[in-house]
Amino acid sequence: MIISIVSGKGGTGKTTVAVNLALSLKNIQILDCDVEEPNAHLFLKPRIKEEVKASIPVPEVDEAKCNYCGKCREVCAYHAIAVLSGNNGKKGSVLIFPHLCHGCGACSLLCHEGAIKEVNKEIGVVEIGEKDHLQFVDGRLNVGEAMSPPLIRQVKRYINPTRTVIIDAPPGTSCPVITAVKGSDFCVLVTEPTPFGLNDLILAVEVLRKLKIPFGVIINRCDIGDGKVESYCKQEDIPILMKIPFSREIAVSYSEGVPIVKKDGSYQDKFINLYLNICGIKNEADSSY
Amino acid sequence: MKQIVVISGKGGTGKTVVTGSFAALAKNKIMVDCDVDAADLHLLLHPTIKERHEFRSGQTSVIDKKLCKKCGKCVPVCRFGAIKDDFTVERFSCEGCALCSYICPHGAIRMEENVAGEWFISDTRYGPFVHAKLGIAEENSGKLVAKIRQIAKEIAEKQALDYVIIDGPPGIGCPVIASLSGVDCALIVTEPTLSGLHDAGRAMEVARHFNIPVKLVVNKYDLNPVMTEKIETFFRDRDVPVAGKIAFDKTVVEALVKGKTIVENASASVSEEVKNIWEGLR
Repeated sequence: MIISIVSGKGGTGKTTVAVNLALSLKNIQILDCDVEEPNAHLFLKPRIKEEVKASIPVPEVDEAKCNYCGKCREVCAYHAIAVLSGNNGKKGSVLIFPHLCHGCGACSLLCHEGAIKEVNKEIGVVEIGEKDHLQFVDGRLNVGEAMSPPLIRQVKRYINPTRTVIIDAPPGTSCPVITAVKGSDFCVLVTEPTPFGLNDLILAVEVLRKLKIPFGVIINRCDIGDGKVESYCKQEDIPILMKIPFSREIAVSYSEGVPIVKKDGSYQDKFINLYLNICGIKNEADSSY
Repeated sequence: MKQIVVISGKGGTGKTVVTGSFAALAKNKIMVDCDVDAADLHLLLHPTIKERHEFRSGQTSVIDKKLCKKCGKCVPVCRFGAIKDDFTVERFSCEGCALCSYICPHGAIRMEENVAGEWFISDTRYGPFVHAKLGIAEENSGKLVAKIRQIAKEIAEKQALDYVIIDGPPGIGCPVIASLSGVDCALIVTEPTLSGLHDAGRAMEVARHFNIPVKLVVNKYDLNPVMTEKIETFFRDRDVPVAGKIAFDKTVVEALVKGKTIVENASASVSEEVKNIWEGLR
């Protein structure tokens, strides 16, 4: 089973839930797909066994074969290619803007002259490691790179189907989140009981409903704020999987990069219950199809 | 005119609460919410929408069932895995490259323009506000950010405003880069946690990658004074000035629940801290 931990709003406790759930269960693989700001490693301190460079294919033009016809510019949907045709005996030129390229391959495939080959452009790194019996994978986007989805897809290639997989997703509701949670069996939405938390929860719920992934909600710092998140969940018939009260102990333990289950063993039972709760809802959802 | 963006790397450190307070403190400015896929600043500014515009961007492949011969040529060329076994297109996976439409020998695939969201020009009790809503599960957030920033800049120039104040998104990817480009200062709001330090460090790197001057605020600094010290040292060593610190204070959440900014509704001490930060920035 693949369980993704999601939130519209950032900083609600995704990584806390992902890490503590992973540490409370057996036969787990954790994937940190928040490749812009990966944090799970700060809490798990895994031993990284392998680092794999992640890249996307970008075009390279062989000017000896190119006749500057402009076909590649015409087919590039991302305006990543400019072609200056030569005239009066002057040679033309082709300019490539790699940061705009999505690596679709249209230019190289459709070039009549076979003048375009693809070369790899590094966008980040995938780190594979372990901590005790826990398998760990994360991605780290290079600073200045705009596009995280290709790296997220490369992290997800390491999914181990023999294990329960926990995905720590990025915040938001757009392409990085979709790429991270696609293919999940269940999503845990972590929110907080504030107007910001509620607003972004509603957006995240719309995303998951569109993707048709069953989900439930965890209300973190449930005693700071108001009751509107809870009444929204009731009204929408969304299961509340867990409520975590604000405590300085959790806040301090988080700030030092120590998972709360390592400090207070009673949390392990709470996270095991969370898992059982998820399995129950998932089974119910499956049997209703 | 000065453009200031508030970013954080890590989400939930208090970007919007700080930006909202600047709305209350700054004179003669326009506010912009560039966290277009989970926008929250409107919950503090309560805008009255004056103009509403569609944001059209990107394309999606559509396969015409009547023309499709199920030859399967489109499937292997799609690198985004967007064409399903039944020869329909999975919208969320399609990146609109159109390669399938060029490859199809039967002319069965056409491209349709996406309505990827909406953007708004509004009035608020603190002056003009430009904001947007990315469609659910849509892409191209960077382009929508660039669009609303351009609109805000045009309004600021026309009305001779002194500041464009931008609430940025979390992370370091495409919408953050679009929020940073060409600003005069990036204010990084972080919290005294290991993740806060790690992510603020990456946010600083991305700002510097684009030659943007950076300043730092540590929010909820008293939750872990040792970590706050560590963060301040880390940034001072890298020549980033600390613009101020804000204490953890339950009245901040109370103000937020009422839809008010810190300076309107939180305790006097915390609003003083925010005022000092603004005075140092302007």
